[in-house]
Amino acid sequence: MHEPVLLQRQATPARDLGTYLASGGLAGLKKAREIGAEETVRIVTESGLVGRGGAGFPTGRKWESVRMAQDPERYFVLNADESEPGTFKDRVMIDVDPYMVLEGVLIACYAISATRAYIYIRGEYRREAQILQCCAEELAAAGYLEGLGPEGSALSIEIRRGGGAYICGEETALFRSIEGYRGEPMSKPPFPTVAGLFRKPTAINNVETIANVPDIVTRGPAWLRTLGTPRSPGIKLFSVSGHVERPGVYELPFGVPLRELLDLAGAHDLQAILLGGAAGTFVFPRDFDMPLSYEAAQEHHATLGSGALIAFDHETNLWRVAERLGSFFAHESCGQCVPCRVGTRRQHEMLETLAEGRGGSDERDLLVRLSQVMTDASICGLGQTASTAVRSLIEAEAEGLLAV
Amino acid sequence: MADTFGILIDGREAIAHEGETILDVLRRAQVETPTLCTHEHLTPAKACRACVVDLKGSRALVASCERKAEPGMEVRTDSERVQNARRGVFELLLSQNDVSTAPSLAAQAESLGADPDRYSGRRYEKGFFDDNQLYVRDYDKCILCYRCVEACGPDVQNTFALTVAGRGFNAGIAAGFGETLPDSACVFCGNCVAVCPTGALMDRREHSLRSEGRWDESRYDVVQTTCSYCGVGCQLELHVDRASNEIVKVTSPMDHSITQGFLCVKGRYGYSFVEAGAE
Repeated sequence: MHEPVLLQRQATPARDLGTYLASGGLAGLKKAREIGAEETVRIVTESGLVGRGGAGFPTGRKWESVRMAQDPERYFVLNADESEPGTFKDRVMIDVDPYMVLEGVLIACYAISATRAYIYIRGEYRREAQILQCCAEELAAAGYLEGLGPEGSALSIEIRRGGGAYICGEETALFRSIEGYRGEPMSKPPFPTVAGLFRKPTAINNVETIANVPDIVTRGPAWLRTLGTPRSPGIKLFSVSGHVERPGVYELPFGVPLRELLDLAGAHDLQAILLGGAAGTFVFPRDFDMPLSYEAAQEHHATLGSGALIAFDHETNLWRVAERLGSFFAHESCGQCVPCRVGTRRQHEMLETLAEGRGGSDERDLLVRLSQVMTDASICGLGQTASTAVRSLIEAEAEGLLAV
Repeated sequence: MADTFGILIDGREAIAHEGETILDVLRRAQVETPTLCTHEHLTPAKACRACVVDLKGSRALVASCERKAEPGMEVRTDSERVQNARRGVFELLLSQNDVSTAPSLAAQAESLGADPDRYSGRRYEKGFFDDNQLYVRDYDKCILCYRCVEACGPDVQNTFALTVAGRGFNAGIAAGFGETLPDSACVFCGNCVAVCPTGALMDRREHSLRSEGRWDESRYDVVQTTCSYCGVGCQLELHVDRASNEIVKVTSPMDHSITQGFLCVKGRYGYSFVEAGAE
C-alpha cells in the first residue's frame, strides 16, 4: 500500500500554520535556506521531478536556467489554472494542503531569486484562491517571506484569478493574461525561462509539481526515485470521474497498472476510459494492464497528460463524448491561428454529424486529414492536441472496440 | 562575415543574415512561400500559418515569418507534411470566407492545389459595418490576420482603436468595446485599410464603385505627388480615372522612406478639394 506523500495531510488537513508546522511543515524551506539556492536546485534536478501539468519538462532544469539568467528581474509563476476537463487534482491539493503548495512556491522563489511570485488560479476556484490568500498572509505575518524577495526584502506573492478561459492555462497565454492582455499564446522559443512573464526569465510550475518540492528538498535527491519507475520517478495524482463507484483524486506511484487505479475507484466492466483529459486519448480494456508511467503510456500511443481519467460504461456513445470534446475545443480556442480557430469549428461540426449516427467514412477520413493540419500547424498545444482523442476513437472504431 | 551564416533549405545551402527570419531567407532564395498575415512593416502575427515550414528538431511546424534564422538550421518546405498543412490552412479559410476581393489569397490557394469544397460548415458571418464616411468593414471577408490591429496599435498608429474580441470561431475585429468607429478611438487614418489583405476593410469610394460594378483598375492611372497638407512630405499615389479625371483612391508606396505606406486622414481621404478646384 502506497503511503501518501502529496495527500499526506488529507485525513487531517492543515488549515492553519500551527497545524502545518506541527506535522513537519516548512522543514523543506528551512533546509533550502541552509544549503543554499544552488544546492536546492541540484537536489530538485537530481530527484528526477518533471512537470505534472501535462508536458513533463524537468523542473530542476527550468529552475537552473532562471537561476543562471543575467537579468536580476525574474519571476516565479504557479500555474493553478486547472482547466483540463476531468482534472481536479490541483483543487484538492490546495484544499487539503495549501501550506505545502505555498512552501513549494517559497522554495522555488528562493532557488531562483524571484523578484515576485504570481499564483494564477482558475477563476472558478474562488474558495481555493481565498485559502491560498489567507495562508500566504499568515506565512507573511509569521515572517516566513522575509529575506526571500529582491535584495533581502520580503517576497511578495500576488494571487491572480483567471478570467475563465482554458487557453490561459497555456503558459505563454497565462503570462499575457497576468500582463493585462488578451490571453493568446506566444511562440516558443523564446521559452519562459528566457523571456516569460513581462519578457523576463520565468519559472512556471504546476500546483502538483510544486507540492512535490518540500519533500524532495527534505528527503534528498535520491528519495523520489525510490518511488515510481526508473524513467518516471515519483508519484502522480489521478483525477478519476465518470462511471466509477468512488470518483476522486488518487495518489499512486508511477508504474502501477491502470487496472489497479480502476479497481481503487470501483470501476466495473467499462467500455473505455479517456486518459489525459480532453487532449488525451481513449484507452480500451485490452490496454488496462498498461502501467501508469510516461514511457508505458507512450508505448500504448496514449498520454497521462495531467492525470485525468474519465470512465465510460457500455451504454455510452463515445461519438457523443467526442462531440462534447469537439464542442469544448471549439469553444476554448482563442481564435488566433487559422488551423485551430477554423479547424476546431469544422471538427465539431463533423463530430455532431457522427454523434447523430449520420455520416460515414468521408467524415472520418476528413477528420483525420484535418487532425494532421491542426496538429502540425497550430501555434500552441490546444490546437495541436484538439484532435488527439478523436483520432484515437477513429482508430478504435476501425478495430471494432466500440460498444454502441 | 560574422553576421552571415548558412542554413539548409530543402537540402540546399542558403545564406542568412543575423536577425533575418526564415521567411526572409526563403524569399531571397526564391523559394515560393505562401503568406497572408505577414507584412513588411508589421510585427509578424504568426496567425495564418500559411508560411509554415518543417524545422529539424521542432515537433510542430514553425511559422517562417516569425522564426529567426539560426546557424545550422535545417528547413524543409517541399515535404508532404508542409504542403498538406499549407493547403489545409487555405482550405479552412475558403470554407468560411468570402474571398471575392482577395485575389492574392485565391491565387495562392489555387497554386497549392487547395480544394475550396474540402470543408463545409458554417460560414464566418460577422456582418457588414457602414458607420462612417470614409471606409466600410465587411467582416465576412476578414481572415483575422491581425494586420489592422497591429497597424492601429503599436506598429504604426498607436491609436489602439481596433482589437480582437471574442473567442475561437466567434473571434472578430472590434472597435473599442464593440462600438461604432466614430464612437471609438479611431482617427480614420485608413492605415488598417492599407494593410488589409482581403478587402474586408475598404475605402468608401472603392466600395461604392465596386457595388455599382464600376470598379475597373485598368482604367486608373497612378499619379505620384507629395501631400500638400503639412511639411512632412508624404508621398501620395493618386489613383485617377483616366476618363473622368476623378480620384478614386489614395495610397502611399510601402517602400517610401517617409510614409512606409502609411498616411493620416487628410492625406488619405482629404482629396475632394482637388476635384472642387477643377471646376
